[in-house]
Amino acid sequence: MAKLIKVIDVTKCTACRGCQVACKNWNQNPAVIEPFTGSYQTHKDTNAETYTIVKFNEYVDPAKGVRWLFRKHQCMHCDNPACMEACPRQAYSKTEWGATLHDINRCIGCQYCHYACPWSVPKYLKREDVVTKCTLCANRVEAGLKPACVQTCPSGALQFGDQGELMAYAQERVSFLRNNGFPEATLYGVNEMGGCNVVYVLAYSPDKYGLPVNPKVSGQVSFWQNIVQPYAGWLIPLALGASVVSFFTTRLIAASERAPEEGGNE
Amino acid sequence: MSPSFGRGVMTNHIIDMKNTDCALIIGSNVAENHPITMKWLLKAREERGAKLIHVDPRFTRTSAVADIYAPLRSGTDIAFIGGMIKYIIDNNLYHKDYVVNYTNAAFLINDGFDFKDGLFSGYDESKKAYDPTTWDYQRDAEGKPIKDPTLTNPRCVFQLLKKHYERYDIDTVCRITGTPKDKYLEVLETFCATGAPDKTGCIIYAMGTTQHTVGSQNVRSYAMVQLLLGNAGRPGGGVNAMRGENNVQGATDMALLFHIIPGYINSPMNTPDHKDLISFLKKETPGAANLPVSTLAELREAVKAGFPNSGFKINTSKWVVSMLKAWWGDAATPENDFAYHYLPKRDEKKNYSHMAMFEAMYNGEIDGLFVNGGNPVVGGPNANKEQAALAKLKWLVVLDLWLHETAEFWSYKAWERPVENPDVPKMEPKDIPTEVFFLPAAAVYEKEGTASNTGRWMQYRWKGAEPVGDSKPDLWIIDQLCKRIKKLYEGSTKPEDEPITKLTWGPYGEGEEPEPVLVGLELNGYIGKFEDHKPVENFTKLADDGSTACGVWVYSGCMTTKPDGTLDYKPMWRDNQDNSKTGLGLYSKWAWCWPLNRRIVYNRCSVQPDGTPWPGDEARALFKWDPNNPDGDPKTGNPGKWVGDDVPDFNKYLAPAVGPGAAVPFLMRPEGVGCLFATKKDMKEGPFPEHYEPWESPFKNLLNSQQNNPCIKVWEPDKQGTADKYPIIGTTYRVVEHWQTGALTRNLPWLAELMPNMFIEMSEELAKLKGINNGDKVIVSTTRGDIEGIACVTKRLKPFTVDGKEVHQIGMTWHYGFNGYAKGDPANRLTPHIGDANTMIPEYKAWLCDVRRA
Repeated sequence: MAKLIKVIDVTKCTACRGCQVACKNWNQNPAVIEPFTGSYQTHKDTNAETYTIVKFNEYVDPAKGVRWLFRKHQCMHCDNPACMEACPRQAYSKTEWGATLHDINRCIGCQYCHYACPWSVPKYLKREDVVTKCTLCANRVEAGLKPACVQTCPSGALQFGDQGELMAYAQERVSFLRNNGFPEATLYGVNEMGGCNVVYVLAYSPDKYGLPVNPKVSGQVSFWQNIVQPYAGWLIPLALGASVVSFFTTRLIAASERAPEEGGNE
Repeated sequence: MSPSFGRGVMTNHIIDMKNTDCALIIGSNVAENHPITMKWLLKAREERGAKLIHVDPRFTRTSAVADIYAPLRSGTDIAFIGGMIKYIIDNNLYHKDYVVNYTNAAFLINDGFDFKDGLFSGYDESKKAYDPTTWDYQRDAEGKPIKDPTLTNPRCVFQLLKKHYERYDIDTVCRITGTPKDKYLEVLETFCATGAPDKTGCIIYAMGTTQHTVGSQNVRSYAMVQLLLGNAGRPGGGVNAMRGENNVQGATDMALLFHIIPGYINSPMNTPDHKDLISFLKKETPGAANLPVSTLAELREAVKAGFPNSGFKINTSKWVVSMLKAWWGDAATPENDFAYHYLPKRDEKKNYSHMAMFEAMYNGEIDGLFVNGGNPVVGGPNANKEQAALAKLKWLVVLDLWLHETAEFWSYKAWERPVENPDVPKMEPKDIPTEVFFLPAAAVYEKEGTASNTGRWMQYRWKGAEPVGDSKPDLWIIDQLCKRIKKLYEGSTKPEDEPITKLTWGPYGEGEEPEPVLVGLELNGYIGKFEDHKPVENFTKLADDGSTACGVWVYSGCMTTKPDGTLDYKPMWRDNQDNSKTGLGLYSKWAWCWPLNRRIVYNRCSVQPDGTPWPGDEARALFKWDPNNPDGDPKTGNPGKWVGDDVPDFNKYLAPAVGPGAAVPFLMRPEGVGCLFATKKDMKEGPFPEHYEPWESPFKNLLNSQQNNPCIKVWEPDKQGTADKYPIIGTTYRVVEHWQTGALTRNLPWLAELMPNMFIEMSEELAKLKGINNGDKVIVSTTRGDIEGIACVTKRLKPFTVDGKEVHQIGMTWHYGFNGYAKGDPANRLTPHIGDANTMIPEYKAWLCDVRRA
C-alpha cells in the first residue's frame, strides 16, 4: 500500500479550530475546560483527551510587521517513531500506509514514549493509567474516509492522500511562498526524524512556530533502543547464567572462607 | 444598499468570492465569523492571485491571512472610503463606461441642493431632520431626469461628488482614521486597480460597518466605490453583506422588522396618506404619488400604461393585494380594500426598534414580551438597563434550547456585578413581578424548513434527529399559538376581532406539525384556493384583482409543480453541478435564490452596454445578446433574447442599446441605474455620506463642525461618556468559537473549551500604561456599567495616532453571560443606547470606556 500523508499548509489556516472539535467528536473525547490565561490558544499543549490543538504565535516580521502564526499541532507519525522505540511493551505499531498506532491494552503508563518523542506528543491519562495520542484516524482511513480534521477543514489548510501527489503539492506551495514574500518558507516533516507522515508547509523557519529545528531522540532513549533493547533476548540467559555462576561462586567463596575458619585453630 | 442599488441584499453569493481579483474586507472578520466565505476568498487568491485586504481596528484571524492589513480607528469608515472616492476621481481610476451608463453620475441635481460644513440643504435643527426636497434631479417636462453624459456640468452628480470629497485628502483621512499613510496608500492602490474594465473587486462587510450611528452611510460609501470602479453586478464584485446569522436574510425578507411588511414594502402608518389601500399604494409605489387616480382600477390602468420614475416597483399594488389575499383569503375583497384595514398601522411619531421597545418597556409601557431566539440580557445594548426593563413586564415568554440569561434574568446571579455602582440597577428575585414562561425549542437539526443565507439562497434543511424531550420546532409553536388565539376569539362578531377571526391559516397539512412545504406554497403564492395547491409561476404573474395570493412576493417563483402533479419546492434542489460554462460557480440548481433564482443581481452590468463582454473579461460575462433567438418577446413577437448562465436581472427581450430603450441595469431603482447620489428620503442624513464622529468619541470632527450624525435620536443624553473620564475606545465583536449571545455555544462543552471565559484584548502599550499583565483580571467601565474580564495583552493591537495624539482602543467579545459552561460578564453592559438614524442599529462598535486592574 502506498504511503498516505497529511499536509498542513499553515499559510491557509485561519485557526477556526474546526479540526480540534472534529477530532474530539470522532474520538469521543470529553472537553477539557481550562481557564483563559491570555491567549486564544486555550491549552498550552495537547493533552490525553485533546489529541490536536492549533498553536497561536505572535511574531514580528521585520518587513511585514506583526504576524499571527497558526499551526495545528498533533502527532507527526514518524517513519521511525521514537515512541515505538522507547516503549518497553511493544504497544506501538506502524500501519502499512504510515500511521503510528498505540495500543492502550498493552500500555502500562510508563510514559517513556512521552519523553522519547521530540514533540512530546503521547500524553498520560492518569484516570486510566495509559498514554494516548492521535491515530491519524486510522479507523476512518481504512474505511476509505479522510481523517476527521481534514474532512472538516474549511480553508483547505489540511490535505490528506497519496504521498507522491501531496509532496508535489507541498513543494509547489513552498516555492510559491518563497517567490511571494516569504523567503524562509520551508517544508517540515520530510527529513525530520527520518521522515514523517505529517508534513508542514511553513512560511517562516520552524522555530517561529514553536517547532524544534532539529528534532532528535534523546541520548537515553538511543541507549535503550540501540544497546539495551536489541540485546534484551541475550540478557535473560545472561542474567540466568550470572545467577547460576553466582550460586556456585558464592558457595565456593563461602567454602573457602569457611575453610580457614574450620582450620582456624592454629 | 437599497438607496444605491434598489435592494437591501448581498449582490453576489458566497461561492462567487472565488471570482474576485481583489477583496476589500472592511468592518468584517470574515475568517472568524464566516469561515466558509473565507474558504472561497482563499481560493481566489490561490487560483487567480487575488489580493485580500483587511481594514479593521484589530489585527484578527482575517488579518492573519490577508495580504494587506490596514488599521483604522473604530467609526471612521466614511473618512477612509471618502478618501478612496477622491483618490479614484483624482487619478482617473473610475470605470468610465460603467459610470456613465450604469450609474446616475450624469444626472443633473436640483439647484437648491447644497452642502455646508457638515449639513446638506434642508436641515431643521428643531426636528433634527432634513426636508429632502432639494435632494432630487433636475427634470424635464415629462418628469424624467436631465443628464449630461460628458460628466462636466457642475450640477451633475459626478461633479458634485468630486466637490464633496475634495476635503478628504490622504493626510486628512489618516489624521482622522489613525491609519499609517503608507498602509492607506497601499490599500488605495491595490483596490482601486479594480477600476480597470477587465478587473473586478468585491467589498465584504458585516456588523463592524453597520453598528454605528453612521452605519447605513458606511454601507452607502462602499456601494459608491463599487459603482465608480464598475464592480457592482459583476462576478467577483459587488457589495457583500455578511449576515451574522444563518437566516437573517430570510428574517428580513419575511419582515421581522418594524418598518416593513413582507417583501420590503413600507408598513402602513396612521397617516392620511396611508388611510386606505389606494392612498397607501399611491404613496408607496414610486412615481405614483401625483397620478390622477383615485381607485385601484384606475391605478391598475396607469400601471399598465407605465409612468416615469417608477422602476420595477411599479408593481407594488400586485404584491400588496396578493399578500392581503394570502392573509385574509375570502375576507379580502375588492369591496373592502382587500382587508387593508385589518393591517395594524404604526404611529408615525413612534419608533418600534429594539432600543425604542426597551425604552418603552423600561417606562412601563409594555406588558408582555415574546423572545424567540434572542437573549437581550447578553445581546442588547446597555444590557443593565434592558435587564431592568424586563423586570417591568407582567409576563415574558422565552423560546430557546437552553435556559439562557434572559430566561433567568430574575435570578440572584443575574444581578451580580464585579463592582458596586450606584448607577446600575440591582434587584432580587422577590422584587421582580414578571412571570416567565420557558418553551423548550428544537435545534436546527431537529426540525425541517428553509433558511435564506447571506447570498439569498433559500435552502431546505431536512431533520437529522428527533427533538430532545418536550422541545418543539418553532413552526409548531407558532402554529399552536395562532390556532389557540383563534380559538379564544371563536364566535366573536366584533369587527375589531376580524383580523384574527378572519385570518386564514393554511391548512398546512393534516398532521400535528405544520408541513414546511405548504408554508412554502403560501410564500410562493397560489392561484385560487390554497387547498388546490396551484403555485403561481412567479411574481410577474401576481395580480391586484384578488385572483392571486402570495405571502412574500420576493419568494414568488420558489415553487412549481412536478410532472406528477406534486409540489416541487425549489429550495430542496440539490444538483451539485456548476452550470456556468466558464466555471463561475453559479450552481443554479442547488437550492433556489430570490429574486427568480438570480445568483448575481444587477447582472446586466456583467457585460458592456452594447452587450459584448468587458474587454479582457470574457470569462466573467454572464450573458450575450442572441439577436436571432426564436424564443423572443411574446408581447411583440420579435425574435432575439439574452442568453447566459444566470437569470437576467433585466428585461431579457430588449436588444442592447445605449440611452432610451435600453434594458435598465438596476431595475428596482426608479431611475433604473445605480445611485452615486441618493435622492429624496432614501437616506436620512443626505445624498452623500459625510464623516461624523461616533456618539462617544475622544476627538473633534476634523471635517466639519457637526460632531455627530445630525439626525440620530439620543435616548439618554446624560449617559454620553467623555474622554476626560473614559479616554479609551471600546468595541465589541465575535469569535469563531462562539455564536451571538453564546446561548447555544456556551452550552456545548467542546466549544466552551475553545473559548472558556470573557477576555479583554488590549495592546502591550496600554497594558504597560495601566500596569496590567497578560492574564490579569481587569475591570472595564463606561457610564452604563462595569464588567470584569481577563486581559489578553497582544502585539496585534496598537495605539492609534489620531490628529497627532495617541489613543488606545480595546476590544471584547459580546458572547458571554452568567450561564453555561463558558462564563463571563456580558460586554453589552457597557454599550450605549444610541443607534443609526436610518435603521436604529445600535452603536456597539465605538464607545468610550476606561480599564483598570481588578
